[in-house]
Amino acid sequence: MKTESKLQKLLDSGHFAVTAEIGPPKHASAHGIRHHAHMLKDYVDATNITDCQTAIVRLSSIASAVHILDCGLEPIVQMTCRDRNRIAIQSDLLGAYSLGVRNLLCLSGDHQKFGNEPSAKNVYDVDSIQLIYLMRRMRDEKMFFSGEPIKEHEPRFFIGAVANPFADPFEFRVARLEKKVEAGAEFIQTQCIFDMERFERFMEMVRERGIHERVHILAGVTPLKSWRAAKYLQTSVSGMIVPDDIVERLKKAEDPKREGIEICIEQIKHIRNIPGVHGVHIMAIAWEEVVPEIVERSGLFPRPKVE
Amino acid sequence: MIIAQQKPIKDIAAMIADCKKVLLVGCAGCVTVCLSGGEKETEVLASSLRIMRRLQGNPLETVTYTATRQCDPEYIETLENLVKDVDAVVSLACGVGVQYLAERFHDKWVVPAQNTMFVGGSTAHGVWEERCGLCGDCILHRTGGICPIIRCSKSILNGPCGGSQYGKCEISKDVDCAWQLIYDRMKALGKLDKLLEIQPPKDWSKSRDGGPRKAIREDVMIG
Repeated sequence: MKTESKLQKLLDSGHFAVTAEIGPPKHASAHGIRHHAHMLKDYVDATNITDCQTAIVRLSSIASAVHILDCGLEPIVQMTCRDRNRIAIQSDLLGAYSLGVRNLLCLSGDHQKFGNEPSAKNVYDVDSIQLIYLMRRMRDEKMFFSGEPIKEHEPRFFIGAVANPFADPFEFRVARLEKKVEAGAEFIQTQCIFDMERFERFMEMVRERGIHERVHILAGVTPLKSWRAAKYLQTSVSGMIVPDDIVERLKKAEDPKREGIEICIEQIKHIRNIPGVHGVHIMAIAWEEVVPEIVERSGLFPRPKVE
Repeated sequence: MIIAQQKPIKDIAAMIADCKKVLLVGCAGCVTVCLSGGEKETEVLASSLRIMRRLQGNPLETVTYTATRQCDPEYIETLENLVKDVDAVVSLACGVGVQYLAERFHDKWVVPAQNTMFVGGSTAHGVWEERCGLCGDCILHRTGGICPIIRCSKSILNGPCGGSQYGKCEISKDVDCAWQLIYDRMKALGKLDKLLEIQPPKDWSKSRDGGPRKAIREDVMIG
């Protein structure tokens, strides 16, 4: 099903896509978002806007998306199931579409325990797979989650989901990815890849089931600033695998930030050759300014133009 | 059973700070089994409150009674004489018992001595764990007898989420990932294909979200 998403046009026409991520600020000014959008717009095809990532209160993802659109960059709005029930999700997404948002990424969301409101009540009225299914049905069969028909102007999002090849049980990860595709996901962004071997095994299983022919998979990468950052991800973030040799390489580096960028570029070059991967998703957490260099030096610049 | 845990004694004392004589009512139901509000705990709480108040130079008189259950009107009816001349009633039952006492003795100050926590069972001596989310629409036949509504910290029906690692939940290394447990059990039973079915959104109107619930059995109603 075609949408007005530029990202979908690129992926469907066989281009290797590049997406990035902008994390909204913990205040009410869009200055930083707009600065990053201007910086990224020629280097990436679209950018994710996180939805209160790690359950920290931040400027709304949909409001941020409007600023980003205004700067000439295509946003991918993230919608978590943590904070909104099915009434609020539908209402916000109707609003997002009316404001020009065309890409949607559905995810469960980090538990509120990690954020700055640990005493909040979580919602999880629907889960990520149900959200994918319901948004797809809203678009293709023109009905609200309840089944009530939408008489006109149904939102026509290009629908994405996430996959984490590094969480457990590993052997069920590809099956769950397939479940998301069955539910209606059209593009997938993966968790940051550091353990390339495991990711290759994951992709092998994806190809065995032919999933790569039914969905566009964008491999997630994250440039690391220091060995401490690597160690933190290795030991303190559930569902993340960081091999020791990456920690060591950053530890030995004279300029760890440079080394972090080099590692990321090497990873992207490697990922481009893995069959079934249709793009890369660069999550430069609080380090958006390195994305242009990474894209350029990975041989992914200039970005293709679509109508 | 319902698992409850006694509030800190200073909190209970604060609720009855103005009282000279109180009635403490234990419950011989769930809270006796989970060792928080039975006859023994009621006596211990009464003497602790008396000692505390004596040391403060403001002695407290206590009366104690443990009802067979506080969640059935006939078992609290017998309290009428004891309630008469006390300034307040302290219930050691779950939240149901506190409300039954408040409803029956509507002109009396009734306070809770417990925090009612969850529906669960014991996993070791002195350890209780939550097992049922009281959602009103049981799905255990689809999840290998393990409840994701209450045991998954996100109540995900199509799990496990990306935060499951080494069998544990992202919120704590002390919490088992319910979906890893479900996966392991379904695998052992040769029913992994069941987990490939997309579970539809849940009808939460059968849960608390539909408002206070009522169960009616006409066949056992009198009159």
